[in-house]
Amino acid sequence: MRRLLAILLENEAGALSRVIGLFAQRNYNIETLNVAPTEDETLSRVTLSTTGDETRIEQITKHLNRLIEVVKVVDLTDGDHLERELMLIKVRAVADKREEVKRCCDIFRGQVIDVTSDAYTIQLAGTSEKLDAFIRALDETPILEVVRSGVSGIGRADKILSL
Amino acid sequence: MTERLSGGEMLIRALQDEGVEYVFGYPGGAVLHIYDAIFKQQRIEHILVRHEQAATHMADGYARSTGKPGVVLVTSGPGATNAVTGIATAYMDSTPIVVISGQVANEFIGSDAFQETDMVGVSRPVVKHSYLVRSAAEIPRIVKEAFYIACSGRPGPVVIDVPKDTTDPNVFFDYEYPESVSLRSYSPTTRGHSGQIKKAAGALLAAKRPVIYAGGGVIQGDAAGELTRLANRLGFPVTNTLMGLGGYPGDAEQFLGMLGMHGTFEANMAMHHADLIFAVGARFDDRVTNNPAKFAPDAKIVHLDVDPASISKIINADIPIVGPAAIVLAEIDRAVEAKLAADPDALDKRALADWRRRIEGWRNEHGLDHDQRHRKGLNGSLLPQQVVQSVYRATKGQAFVTSDVGQHQMFAAQYYKFDSPRRWINSGGLGTMGFGLPAAMGVQFAHPGAMVACITGEGSFMMNMQELSTCMQYALPIKIINLNNQALGMVKQWQDMQYGGRHSHSTYRDALPDFKALTESFGHVAYRVDQIDELDDVMADVFGARHKNDLVFVDAHIDPEEHVYPMAIKGGAMNDMVLERLDGRDDIRDDL
Ligand SMILES: Cc1ncc(C[n+]2csc(CCOP(=O)(O)OP(=O)(O)O)c2C)c(N)n1
Ligand SMILES: [Mg+2]
Repeated sequence: MRRLLAILLENEAGALSRVIGLFAQRNYNIETLNVAPTEDETLSRVTLSTTGDETRIEQITKHLNRLIEVVKVVDLTDGDHLERELMLIKVRAVADKREEVKRCCDIFRGQVIDVTSDAYTIQLAGTSEKLDAFIRALDETPILEVVRSGVSGIGRADKILSL
Repeated sequence: MTERLSGGEMLIRALQDEGVEYVFGYPGGAVLHIYDAIFKQQRIEHILVRHEQAATHMADGYARSTGKPGVVLVTSGPGATNAVTGIATAYMDSTPIVVISGQVANEFIGSDAFQETDMVGVSRPVVKHSYLVRSAAEIPRIVKEAFYIACSGRPGPVVIDVPKDTTDPNVFFDYEYPESVSLRSYSPTTRGHSGQIKKAAGALLAAKRPVIYAGGGVIQGDAAGELTRLANRLGFPVTNTLMGLGGYPGDAEQFLGMLGMHGTFEANMAMHHADLIFAVGARFDDRVTNNPAKFAPDAKIVHLDVDPASISKIINADIPIVGPAAIVLAEIDRAVEAKLAADPDALDKRALADWRRRIEGWRNEHGLDHDQRHRKGLNGSLLPQQVVQSVYRATKGQAFVTSDVGQHQMFAAQYYKFDSPRRWINSGGLGTMGFGLPAAMGVQFAHPGAMVACITGEGSFMMNMQELSTCMQYALPIKIINLNNQALGMVKQWQDMQYGGRHSHSTYRDALPDFKALTESFGHVAYRVDQIDELDDVMADVFGARHKNDLVFVDAHIDPEEHVYPMAIKGGAMNDMVLERLDGRDDIRDDL
């Protein structure tokens, strides 16, 4: 089962390496990882997606909590939440393909953020499934480069993860 | 008035303020400023070891025998990496040590400078926490936090990596040692959940075939008194893990001995047939449970541990309780006492008496003493069990006993009956050969007048025997009992049992030193013993007044064919054990 963990971490050198090291050391997998400081500069927020059954996730959570620099851990998939991922994708777009790619991009509500005579760079945000679907929809359009941010997540309504 | 101190001086001063008595260490370039600060003070005694691994085990032995943190100081690079095995050993057994490692100056970090190792990185998977000092001003706070983290909650090792520039003797700071620690992300549980405590008390009272399974958490959590009171009030049988020995009196009627891979027959049978297992400060290690899928099929599990991550990790707990063992056990005891006062029949006394009789039956069938009565060593040679029993008699059960890893460790655990906590000191989790001697040294430093015995094997002893020199320098009167079977006995036993007796690289009979001459060459006293009729006399001498101030080494030549039994059958349940040699060797003995 896929799980999305939100982690508040002391924004200190080496803190993230302990989180990642823990996953490697205990044989847990990381599917996506996303990290940046929050509005409080002393804290970083990590969103990490992983897989495992309930006992495994419980173990991961407990071990994360054991790390001195981890301030809070929440399993977002336990409740209602929102997920978004950002993708930048560069595709070859020449001749009549240009129009087709542009149309596809519009349907997915992406934006073309850079243009050359034979390529578009498109920015697209959404759930991971939506990004996957866009890649499929491009069909035979040659993809030159893809970069995805990994999932960011937040609880719905008044669920708040803070100190 | 605040003092003006250099970084190196602040570090040492902070250790003084932390109440540190000993620092076990070894100098080198990156820590020379710190060593100079040590030279200029008297309050902390620095112990010069011969190998950094030994320093960590000494600090560990000091910590295990006192409950106070042990402190290590090593240089960067090889000094730091040599310490890693000892750090991992402390990590696996949750003991509080603080390891200060030198580091190249901040400006050189990352440049592959001479003797540079990323110590925070190398040690990361085996520390509770670690610090890299970025500026000298942080030193007092970091030291304060390091000791607090090492000792609180589930204890563990903490590394402080100290770049040389932060100890510069020519740059001074206002020194003030913080009174308290504030870590928003770390607050160990200090009490148990009252609802869970009530449930646990109820489950204990309802049990018909209970076993209390107590581990190292009882020792580390200073909960032996509370455990004993509760177990005695309930009249429940108690078994200890390898790490928990001494947590309940070893000579008590209710005590089943150690459980697990080389646990007693009665302890393992009782676990398997129990209807309730109360695990206290134990973690269902694979050396205990054997195959978790077949573990104690009828048992309800009550699990008390200070570390939430230990609960339901291997075996699902029906009633989990997170909290410090001493406090929670006392609360459970109060709840049980109250219920028994209200209803004296709350315990099913008949069922419990039946259960005790059943356990007694198992003990009579295959208990350790029973089996020993039937055995003698090959051609009159010594059996390792007899040597341990002789040490037990000579020390009246009152010694601190450290051990290494192998058959000798299991014999020591099986046959020395520990009646109080912090007396039995061994590397259970990591199983580090070479631990025994330096650990004994740490214990002896902590308890100068006490009897300290190291029951070791010649293989393990040779992994840190250079410390005999340190023992001479500091006049440590340790008694080393070398159960010499001229082989890596435990490896050889597995090869006997699982590899058709093919002894692939587990023997070195013709290449061993004369241990008596070896120890004497370091200036110590040594004996060699190989006959049963001399054994008790030798031990009386060794532990007697004559050698009170001597380090004595006893090279006990034992039957090299002896195996440790019982032994769990791989992949089986806890009641699946091999109880004796199946290859015919026992026939030779049983007619004696
Ligand atoms: C550092 C280290 N290396 C290897 C092992 C694997 N090992 C476990 S027991 C053992 C043999 C120990 O020999 P000895 O100390 O003579 O004890 P004996 O079993 O003969 O009593 C070995 C090699 C270990 N535990 N630790
Ligand atoms: Mg041996």
